[in-house]
Amino acid sequence: MKKKLGLMVTAMLTAGTLLAGCGTSDEGKTSGGDKKDFKVAMVTDTGGVDDKSFNQSAWEGLQKFGKENNLEKDKGFKYLQSTAQSDYKPNLNSLIRQKYDVVFGIGFLMGADVETVAKQQPDAKLAIVDMVVKGDNVANITFSEHEGSFLVGLVAGMQSKTNKVGFVGGVNSELIKKFENGFKAGVLTANPDAEVLVQYAEDFNKAEKGQQIANTFYQQGADVIYHAAGGTGMGVFTEAKNRKKNGEDVWVIGVDRDQHEEGMPENVTLTSMVKRVDQAVYEVSEQAMNGKFPGGKIVEFGLKEDGVGIAPTQDNVDKDALKSVEDYKKKIIGGEVKVPKTDAEFEEFKKNLK
Amino acid sequence: MSFMDILALIIPAAIVSAAPLIFTALGGVFSERSGVVNIGLEGLMLFGAFTGAVTIYYGEQFGLNGAAPWVSFVVAMIVGALFASIHAVASISLKADQVVSGVAINFLAAGLAIFLTKKIFNAGQTPVISERISKSNIPYLSDIPVIGKLFFTNAYLTSYLAVFVALIVWYVLYKTPFGLRLRSVGEHPMAADTMGINVKKMRYIGVLLSGALAGLGGAVYVASISGNFTHSTITGQGFMALAAMIFGKWHPLGALGAALFFGLAQAISISGAQIPGLQDIPKVFLLIAPYVLTILALAGLVGRADAPKALGTPYEKGKR
Repeated sequence: MKKKLGLMVTAMLTAGTLLAGCGTSDEGKTSGGDKKDFKVAMVTDTGGVDDKSFNQSAWEGLQKFGKENNLEKDKGFKYLQSTAQSDYKPNLNSLIRQKYDVVFGIGFLMGADVETVAKQQPDAKLAIVDMVVKGDNVANITFSEHEGSFLVGLVAGMQSKTNKVGFVGGVNSELIKKFENGFKAGVLTANPDAEVLVQYAEDFNKAEKGQQIANTFYQQGADVIYHAAGGTGMGVFTEAKNRKKNGEDVWVIGVDRDQHEEGMPENVTLTSMVKRVDQAVYEVSEQAMNGKFPGGKIVEFGLKEDGVGIAPTQDNVDKDALKSVEDYKKKIIGGEVKVPKTDAEFEEFKKNLK
Repeated sequence: MSFMDILALIIPAAIVSAAPLIFTALGGVFSERSGVVNIGLEGLMLFGAFTGAVTIYYGEQFGLNGAAPWVSFVVAMIVGALFASIHAVASISLKADQVVSGVAINFLAAGLAIFLTKKIFNAGQTPVISERISKSNIPYLSDIPVIGKLFFTNAYLTSYLAVFVALIVWYVLYKTPFGLRLRSVGEHPMAADTMGINVKKMRYIGVLLSGALAGLGGAVYVASISGNFTHSTITGQGFMALAAMIFGKWHPLGALGAALFFGLAQAISISGAQIPGLQDIPKVFLLIAPYVLTILALAGLVGRADAPKALGTPYEKGKR
């Protein structure tokens, strides 16, 4: 008897947890509205809409779009929060059923689900950020991370005193390779004598691994480390802070957004490579509204489209470095400099440098 | 890089990443030695990490400065114990299935911590804390030749605390009447009951202590390694600690050794990519090294791991 009671208590606790997770998602009652009106919506991944990263940035882009086009929140533009991976499909479907003209899936985690939903709902228009999937009704939003990484590479190359810098990657993949090769090209352009240490943690969520890699790099004499490793990168910050406290002159370069705050109070963030998801979401929404929805295409946001760049906080960057960043930004946009994406392109780039 | 430099790189790193595991594994020892399976270590550690991050953040606001992390450890221990009391009530008093209850703890902790983070900070993660436990050289001891460089340079104070606590737990479990009682209710509760030991009380103490130590482990992770709490701060460390405890044969010093071994294996796997000689080994072998080493150690060296006899069975008075 008591055993049954106990089981019930445990079951209730489990149910309570699941319900607690639902607490924040607002399933607003949205009516169909006027069919002439253009409506956009997005589905967050499990990070939530206030993750200070992609989801938040995308939502800012939608808000900007909504404001400029006099759309009403939750009717003209809205988001649905996903608390678990199993929420992606229902959320996407629910927005499509509510007749949103474009539905954004934020983050590569949603890739497979966006692809399935696109196949099931051929009339719907979907967009996926940071991923390329099949389907004529899906716009694939990608970024030229290599171009942004090139710029922070320039800064690293110029401000490294030891001529040794490091790169910590999350998982060795085509995407993160873009960061690596762009960065290496930037470093070597600014400082041909520099050596770049590279290591992949093979995990995006293991801060202790990031810390250990950073420890190894700094120990070998590197003084600037660029991380493209999500939560693993927090460990890089930890290690840099420890060393700065003990009087060493070391820096970290942040990724995806301005990570200045992560480096405080020891002030270890040299600069960050930012990805403007808000800009991308805004652009694609506008294109769709004007009847130019890039379905089935890959839309790449680079320096030219203001889709990548270096962070607005530039207190720690030297004037010379900033100037050279501006120079190369122009050169990249103008097509004079082609930043390598893959290992093969990097080797080619290196040969031409000499 | 000379051999000494390599050792100086790997050994401190091993000790650093082992500390949170040691605390949590010791918590597991208390609980399981008293006869209660504690799969919930992961959840307890996670909630400890959350509590730690929140306490340090507000401690900074109230001007606790350098004391904030240490205060947070105490708070995380208390909160961890309270959280574990749910597991205790369900599995000891209500005689629920201990594994199910532990899994429920894991779910509850993960959901609740993220939910509260959103409510408190209106964001998916806590702010990054500025008061941390920092690496430092231990005065005097770091001057000892060889050993000083390997064990007392560039290390966290919490790591030594972990080793020290492991020794205390060993002493308590094996050298005090309390420890004997705790172990006896895990081996043969009926015999213990006949001898006048309050089985339920001992088990409650075991589970609450495990909550406190797992909470401490989580808080130490935040204060020394991650620096903030997000949904991905604690992903699997609690289960690693559980594995360390089993690997260590439910013995506090065994758990200590196993956690250090895990740390060492990981340090070799990570730093190996930069070490001359090891550098030429294909990366995938270095990456799988910790797991392969663990399997080899478990299969070949450790021998049979005997769990406490009454582990997992609720005690019912008068039942034969």
